[in-house]
Amino acid sequence: MTQTLHTTLLIIGGGPGGYVAAIRAGQLGIPTILVEGQALGGTCLNIGCIPSKALIHVAEQFQQTVHHSQGSQLGIEVDVPTLDIRKSVEWKDGIVDRLTTGVAALLKKHKVQVIHGWAKVIDGKTVEVGEQRIQCEHLLLATGSTSVNLPMLPIGGPIISSTEALAPTHVPKRLIVVGGGYIGLELGIAYRKLGADVSVVEAQAHILPAYDAELTLPVAESLKKLGVKLYLEHSVTGFADGKLQVRAPNGDILALDTDQVLVAVGRKPNTQGWNLEALNLDMNGVAIKIDSRCQTSMRNVYAIGDLSGEPMLAHRAMAQGEMVAELISGKAREFNPAAIPAVCFTDPELVVVGKTPDEAKAAGLDCIVSSFPFAANGRAMTLESKAGFVRVVARRDNHLIVGWQAVGAGVSELSTAFGLSLEMGARLEDVAGTIHAHPTLGEAVQEAALRALGHALHL
Amino acid sequence: MGTHVIKMPDIGEGIAEVELSVWHVKVGDLVVEDQVLADVMTDKAMVDIPSPVHGKVISLGGEPGEVMAVGSILISIEVEGAGNTKDVPVVAEPAKAAPPVAEAKPVQAPVESKPAAAVKAPQAPVAREASERPLASPAVRKHALDAGIQLRLVQGTGPAGRILHEDLEAYLRQGTATGATAANPYAERNDEHQIPVIGMRRKIAQRMQDATRRAAHFSYVEEIDVTALDELRVHLNEKHGATRGKLTLLPFIVRAMVVALRDFPQINARYDDEAQVITRLGAVHVGVATQSDVGLMVPVVRHAEARSLWGTAEEIARLANAARTGKASRDELSGSTITLTSLGALGGIVSTPVLNLPEVAIVGVNRIVERPMVIKGQIVVRKMMNLSSSFDHRVVDGMDAAQFIQAIRGLLEQPASLFLE
Repeated sequence: MTQTLHTTLLIIGGGPGGYVAAIRAGQLGIPTILVEGQALGGTCLNIGCIPSKALIHVAEQFQQTVHHSQGSQLGIEVDVPTLDIRKSVEWKDGIVDRLTTGVAALLKKHKVQVIHGWAKVIDGKTVEVGEQRIQCEHLLLATGSTSVNLPMLPIGGPIISSTEALAPTHVPKRLIVVGGGYIGLELGIAYRKLGADVSVVEAQAHILPAYDAELTLPVAESLKKLGVKLYLEHSVTGFADGKLQVRAPNGDILALDTDQVLVAVGRKPNTQGWNLEALNLDMNGVAIKIDSRCQTSMRNVYAIGDLSGEPMLAHRAMAQGEMVAELISGKAREFNPAAIPAVCFTDPELVVVGKTPDEAKAAGLDCIVSSFPFAANGRAMTLESKAGFVRVVARRDNHLIVGWQAVGAGVSELSTAFGLSLEMGARLEDVAGTIHAHPTLGEAVQEAALRALGHALHL
Repeated sequence: MGTHVIKMPDIGEGIAEVELSVWHVKVGDLVVEDQVLADVMTDKAMVDIPSPVHGKVISLGGEPGEVMAVGSILISIEVEGAGNTKDVPVVAEPAKAAPPVAEAKPVQAPVESKPAAAVKAPQAPVAREASERPLASPAVRKHALDAGIQLRLVQGTGPAGRILHEDLEAYLRQGTATGATAANPYAERNDEHQIPVIGMRRKIAQRMQDATRRAAHFSYVEEIDVTALDELRVHLNEKHGATRGKLTLLPFIVRAMVVALRDFPQINARYDDEAQVITRLGAVHVGVATQSDVGLMVPVVRHAEARSLWGTAEEIARLANAARTGKASRDELSGSTITLTSLGALGGIVSTPVLNLPEVAIVGVNRIVERPMVIKGQIVVRKMMNLSSSFDHRVVDGMDAAQFIQAIRGLLEQPASLFLE
């Protein structure tokens, strides 16, 4: 065995939570070692957020071109396009490479020692990577999450997970997506635009079951227009001979012909395979239980990101990682955001920040709910995307805004304005009184606030 | 839109001037009917001034600590409809377009001028529900964490109660002034904090100064063996505590005073030194000195001579609670004929109480301790307590005072005699 390494902070996992914690720790002068078994950037950069957005962009561009080739009202005339998916994947890999190389450079710049290999926890202050033993004062667990598998659909051959779906060698003729949540729909819509016949099987009665019906309606309409078939309230029973067997609500078993099956039924904390059991930490279901400082039940052992449960979002992990580094440096910190935005890059996009009307009601708040449709927004018309709306939820007594939701093309970027308004404690009057540039989609944000106050100008 | 003006009300008893103690609102606040606008003070009673209207505060008529004439303008509120301003001079320009100028001064000149920097009433900590999220921007939240402040306790003056950087600074200044900081307890400190002597404190200061200047204080300390008394007290509590309430030593002492005063009417008296008249009173109204958040208060147990032991105990407890929570009425805080002061376990061995003028006597209770005493040649352990009393020597002779205290001592040392008629 080689000599034991000693450090102040040891981070297991180089995803968005772990690498941000490492950079911040480096900035604060904390000796830090980061252990990563696969690739820096974790799921997000390698097989999640970034590659999926790249693929969605390719699909959108391809579909637009197809659309123009079929007689566009914009007057653009092109021949029927073809797609070299291998080149698309190369382009996507280039972006991933640039970003992961960038992460490595940032870690180096901040004097973080990166050890490649699979960590094995020995105790709360000791970790082994192969033959190398590392001793630390603070241990940060940031191992992320993995896709949930279905026992009757083991990954392999025609049955793929999101990882395989993001690195296709060809576009299948027929694809069935199991799971109507945001991952399944983002990829399902992309594959549809790339030319596959796509069906979505969802056990619940709605797509995007985490969101309310008003919000998901424009997505459902878009799926219909795109020709994505929905099998709602259907559950998968098995796969054989190129047929996916599903049980309909009336009990009938259907056999759906398909070339590939994408399993996208959610993610679970990655607690297996690195001897986490040795710490015997308190759990919160399948996730590690943490407090408002991301501390686990063991002193000086922290957990952040997907490993600590919902919401499993990269930006949450990043904020937690930054905070833990500052805590270790001796600062007083607490993870207490007003809101953690959630975005679905479906077509149209969907964004939820803060409380929905239902959540506000459940919290006992008497709220004004008001929305403004993109159909009345000039910029949306010039983008050929009039579907969707911006919705605001504000307290009736003092007009404090408690939540924003939007659905429509490009609304993911509105999450910035939504988050800022909630963190700053804006009231309806604040947003209504802010000049929003014309012509932008953001005008719908101001108009939603104006409408809540009873005087929308363009409706 | 109209302006509704509220004048300093006549609180009664022909008082012409009232001290403004604290504002609960500021210019620009929206107020609702019955919301408390200010506390004002007369003699020793604090009176809430509620708003009779809904509206927006456009000007305040004075600064905390200012003594204002009854009938002067206390506050102006912008209301829907006509308001009540017909009969008063216009306060601010009635044009509604411009927002009201902050701190628009009313026409009436302040009674006293103050150094500009000095007095802003310290911020009272705000208690929010534990689950209620204090509204503050991320930068303010971070600053609060760095400074080790719970935002829950900071008053927000921004829209919708948002906590601003300024609010945090104000809270911090207040916190450092009370000295809860000290990463290094030996650090040299140069901070100063000016505390305006207003309201209760000013009243207490005036009365104490007045009492020591006018009366000729004469203090007398006697040691009392309370072993038997305490046994009786414990016995009564065991027997009746569950049904009648627990007894402290105070009701016994009140009883002893009542009984002893029958023979010393010159001590249950009020001395009007301007009219040169002593009024001896049959009724024994015992003032019980009580510490409250705002300072010393003396609620009065009326007609102690007509109360049972438990009746007195109950009344003392009720009054002490009322005084501490600021609920005691003017009547309950005035009219005593003699005062009893006790610091309980903090009683020390001797104190020199200050008379509550125009009374001529005050009885102070010191702490009970077990001491070795010599009784009939034997050293025995007894429970001993000192009584430290002050008298106005202008009208109470030393002999009378000493005999009065000796009478009390006799009663307390033979507790059965407290109840013999």
